[in-house]
Amino acid sequence: MVDAPANLPNYRYVSRKRRTKEDRRFVSGRGKFVADVEIPGMKHVAILPSPHARANIISIDASAALALPGVHYVLTGDEIAEATNSLFHGLDLPNVIWHPLAVGMTRYAGEWVAAVVADSRYIAEDAAELIEVEYEALPAAVDSEKMIDEDQPLVHPAHGTNVLFRKTWTWGPVAEDFASVPNTVSYRARWGRSSTVPIETFGVVAKWDDVNEIIDVWASIQMPQYQDQIASALRIPMNQVRVHNDVDVGGSYGVKRGIKHTILVTYLAKKLGFPVRFIEDRLDNMSGGDAHGPDRIFDITMAFDDEGVIRSMKIRALDDVGAYPGRAPLQLGKPMTALCGPYRMNSIEYEAISVTSNKTGQVPVRGFGQSPTNFAIETGLERVAKYLGIDRVEVRARNLVRKDEFPWQIPPGSIYDSGDFHAVLEGILKTSNWDDLIARRDALRAEGKLAGVGIATCLEPGGGNNIFEFLFNPKLEITTFVESVLIKVEPTGAITAVMCTTTSGQGHETLVSTIAGEELERDPDTIRVLHGDSLEALPTRSPVASRMAIVLGTATSKAARDIKAKMITIAAHDLGVEKDQIEYADGEFTVRGNPISKLTWTEICHIAHKQFHRMPPGHELGLQAYAVQQVPGAGGLPDENNRVPLYPCFSFQAHVPLVEIDPDTGKVKIHDYFIGHDCGTAINPDIVRGMIIGGVAHGIGAALYEKFEYDTDGQLLAGTFVDYLLPSAHEIPAVVDSESCTPSPLTSLGQKGSGEGGYLGAPAAIASAVNDALAPFDIEINELPIRARDIEAALYEKTR
Amino acid sequence: MKQVEVTLNVNGRDTTLTIPPRMTLVDCLRDELRLTGTHVGCEHGICGACSVFLDGEPIRSCLMFAVQAEGHRITTVEGLLNEDGSLSDLQDSFWECHAMQCGYCTPGMLVASEALLAENPDPSEDDIREAISGNLCRCTGYQQIVEAVQMTAKRRREGAANG
Amino acid sequence: MKAAAFDYVRASSVDEICRLLAEAGDEERKIIAGGQTLVPLMAMRMARPDMLIDINDVAELAGIDDRGDYVSFGAGTRQRAIERSDIVSDRLPLVAKAVRNVGHQQTRNRGTIGGSIVHGDPSAELPMAGLALEATMILRSVSGETEMPIDGFFEAAMVTNIEPEQLLTEIRIPVWQDTRIGTGFHETSSRQGDFALVAAAAQIVLAADGSISRAAISVGGAAPSPVKLHALEAALVGKPAGGFQEVIALVDEEIDPETDVHATADYRRRVTRKLVTRAIDDAIAEAGK
Repeated sequence: MVDAPANLPNYRYVSRKRRTKEDRRFVSGRGKFVADVEIPGMKHVAILPSPHARANIISIDASAALALPGVHYVLTGDEIAEATNSLFHGLDLPNVIWHPLAVGMTRYAGEWVAAVVADSRYIAEDAAELIEVEYEALPAAVDSEKMIDEDQPLVHPAHGTNVLFRKTWTWGPVAEDFASVPNTVSYRARWGRSSTVPIETFGVVAKWDDVNEIIDVWASIQMPQYQDQIASALRIPMNQVRVHNDVDVGGSYGVKRGIKHTILVTYLAKKLGFPVRFIEDRLDNMSGGDAHGPDRIFDITMAFDDEGVIRSMKIRALDDVGAYPGRAPLQLGKPMTALCGPYRMNSIEYEAISVTSNKTGQVPVRGFGQSPTNFAIETGLERVAKYLGIDRVEVRARNLVRKDEFPWQIPPGSIYDSGDFHAVLEGILKTSNWDDLIARRDALRAEGKLAGVGIATCLEPGGGNNIFEFLFNPKLEITTFVESVLIKVEPTGAITAVMCTTTSGQGHETLVSTIAGEELERDPDTIRVLHGDSLEALPTRSPVASRMAIVLGTATSKAARDIKAKMITIAAHDLGVEKDQIEYADGEFTVRGNPISKLTWTEICHIAHKQFHRMPPGHELGLQAYAVQQVPGAGGLPDENNRVPLYPCFSFQAHVPLVEIDPDTGKVKIHDYFIGHDCGTAINPDIVRGMIIGGVAHGIGAALYEKFEYDTDGQLLAGTFVDYLLPSAHEIPAVVDSESCTPSPLTSLGQKGSGEGGYLGAPAAIASAVNDALAPFDIEINELPIRARDIEAALYEKTR
Repeated sequence: MKQVEVTLNVNGRDTTLTIPPRMTLVDCLRDELRLTGTHVGCEHGICGACSVFLDGEPIRSCLMFAVQAEGHRITTVEGLLNEDGSLSDLQDSFWECHAMQCGYCTPGMLVASEALLAENPDPSEDDIREAISGNLCRCTGYQQIVEAVQMTAKRRREGAANG
Repeated sequence: MKAAAFDYVRASSVDEICRLLAEAGDEERKIIAGGQTLVPLMAMRMARPDMLIDINDVAELAGIDDRGDYVSFGAGTRQRAIERSDIVSDRLPLVAKAVRNVGHQQTRNRGTIGGSIVHGDPSAELPMAGLALEATMILRSVSGETEMPIDGFFEAAMVTNIEPEQLLTEIRIPVWQDTRIGTGFHETSSRQGDFALVAAAAQIVLAADGSISRAAISVGGAAPSPVKLHALEAALVGKPAGGFQEVIALVDEEIDPETDVHATADYRRRVTRKLVTRAIDDAIAEAGK
């Protein structure tokens, strides 16, 4: 259960146990997911994928497919490449061209080669099978590390190399810092290709209205600039694109980007003149959906003194983004905002290398690269502890930023806003009864089992100031990262708020109504929250970057306070006093010192909407306010040292798992899992707790079970749920979540982000526990996922 | 290959349809009967999002062809609501415990949980995790779901005790 | 992932099923019972029958009957019924242990013992248990009835020795009449409820002097099909309960593990030995009570 921290202001709704609004429709089976959207006359798409990791397309013969009754069209790459603009990359890559279908050659096994439109998905799949494609298979390039060599087949020949980006930044006096301390550790940490794989696949329905010239789009989408990219690809103005943001998204955690699916479907809808629908099936999704996550190799050296205090660090991060990069390479940049974790390092050298390969494309995954980076840093802390023979908890305590040091600026420029990392750490050691965990571990070992206790401390940056992208691509000189909300109050007093993007389980309707209710002292359950479509909506960046509580939350406070101020002005005028004489409480506007001189909420609404003669002269009529809220701290460009503050708010996590390993099978069982967490003011405790535990579950999957395994020919071996292993209720333990609150000074109610949750620290914590269990055998595994067979093989090698 | 006529009994109502034999039960429920509460997640029998009751037992409706369901009683998540449209105690407990986030796995979880409680009114945490182990969730980490089932079990035991 | 088109017949008798299979000609006609293995294959279009014969309404194909020397299972008996059956828990404790490891509640509500055996998955639990206990399978066609021992039924991964015109109607699993019987079933899988990476089933009888007088051991996941460890079984007879480790190496002679995305051959080989040991240990401990 979640305890409200002792230092909480006396909020009436915020931080109180309240039901999540959205849950009511979900338990009734009345969510509106994209596959539930039925547009009369809609036709269905099925895809023909390529079986080859790399091949020239010699010919495509769709005649047999077109002859099948119920088939309307077969689309191939040549046509869509001609008729639409290519898809957006985050890096400046003029010679890396990405279209929704393969053009001339296929670059990964599963890449989409043709799209069939038919009366049903069943018929479309029958037709797709009948398309004859002649391929010239070529050798594939799939070894990530080898991509920086010049002897590999080129994924994009016109680009001339398989390296998409390579740069080194140095922040602070790295060479001097290395010279100033006696110790270094160097190691490699490898993050296997996995992703957050929602249970709902990506889907999109589009309808072109040729009379009003609007393309209506319903999609399971979580993406900034979605409507921008649709307009750009279709070569139409943005005000011809209407994205319906009231579609419930069945989980995303970053990956529901679907831009190629969308351009495919919108193009077909516009061309063919009837609505078109494409819902990925699981095979489409796993190999061809371009929704894989980081595939990253870290080589790190840390320089530290004899107390284990880390002075400086050199990191080289190589990420294999697959055949079509999209925004994925920027996933090497976001971690700059917390590159040294919660620790007081003085300088950092960071080399980021993004390579392409003949694998499925990558997409931003929960944390946008922060979780792999946290795993890599925490591995270093373990190494430092081992090197000096210092306790792993103690070494972290010596390195954590101290509570009296906030705001704390890290070498790349980000400023940690607030926190009490030591208190959270000490708190979880107490809650978990650390000494008892160690004793239980030792007792298990005495029984002949392997057992380990893990520790990880890490940050969840929140807010989404993405100006780091400028360091990767100077054309991305973008410093506006806003979120908007409109609040209106009806003549009879009911409140409606309009948010401007989609939701995929984060409970934004609850977030907005709770904050608005708190500010206006009105019951949040009576506040309706709508998702405006993209033509009606004010500017948005979508729910990425753990930003919504911070930016949408602050926007909601601002708009609500604006409403309140307007109502006070109206009341003051009508009651004949100065504004500062009006007190507002619980729906009543009263003259201070004169309790019978008052107006109610409903009366003010009536005046505002209907009684011009009672309104202050020149005052806006009706009762509405909107806020377009910039992320705090944004606006600056990197200085001449490439230093710039990025995300503004930093939530903190300390994870402590106890694991047992069966030495015969290598299977890991998690006995206990404790997490201490501080996200500032939690707007809704149940939602925050869900994010934490759900994030831990994602992290356990990445640490122990999930991998998009490829063979040397570039064939994906884990393309179904039989082979890509999502953890069930057996694999995820009961998690004890202990919440603290160090408010942020930068947001309206002190709230920070929590949407990335436990995912950012769980992989590091599980690796720490497993390696603690293997330590008596002097085994360390630094590659995720750590599977049973990896552990068993390592033990066998050591003990034979 | 020809279509066939079948009469399906879903949530207490009979409907006669003409459908191809290869149409799965989940597709039939969703597309023909417009009962979109049951969801498709994998179509190969692993994720459990398609779980419905067949004669009171939970099954994966993506692994059954609709024609096979004639002569059986099917109950979907829509059928779990009370007669007056109000939430069942299990559905209400799920809401109270925030046993979901995106809501996509929720109908399947409700079916699996209801099946457990029908057979075992006092399940342990292990019993609950076993009962929902065939339903994958990527949002919650399962814990608030377990708590919702425990809450329902307790409410029912107390309700029964109070007569 | 929509199946290719097929004709559908809901059979009402065994004779009708056999007739339909005999008249298949060039068509591929397949039986559908629980569909838990077949339908995913059809969804991926790896199986594309022209006709599906639904046997779920044929009452004579389902049922558990205690016949003294053996327990008879109708091929269409649901795994859930086996899980709940007192006959099975009393007379075939090894089968009771095996069936608890099969999938999840939804799987067992539809899946059948016949379907599980006919599909021949290398690591499925019920085929393993049937193989250990030397089950006999009754196959029917228009030509009549055949009894086939289960050993030899499994040819390769997902390939069994059933002819296209044959229907599996019944599985007979012998009941050991000895008094000091114990069983053990161990499996390891990536996640609980998955197909086993490796599984071991053991049924042991202890003689009055505490030595092993009878043994049945099978493994799954250690070869393209489930394997009965004949050599190990023979070597265990006469061994003292605490002293069978010396013959455990015989496991290696009869298994042929493969590498796939889930596990290496070496892993399977080493873990098979460990799990066989555990299963035998459990069986001995149980028999000793």
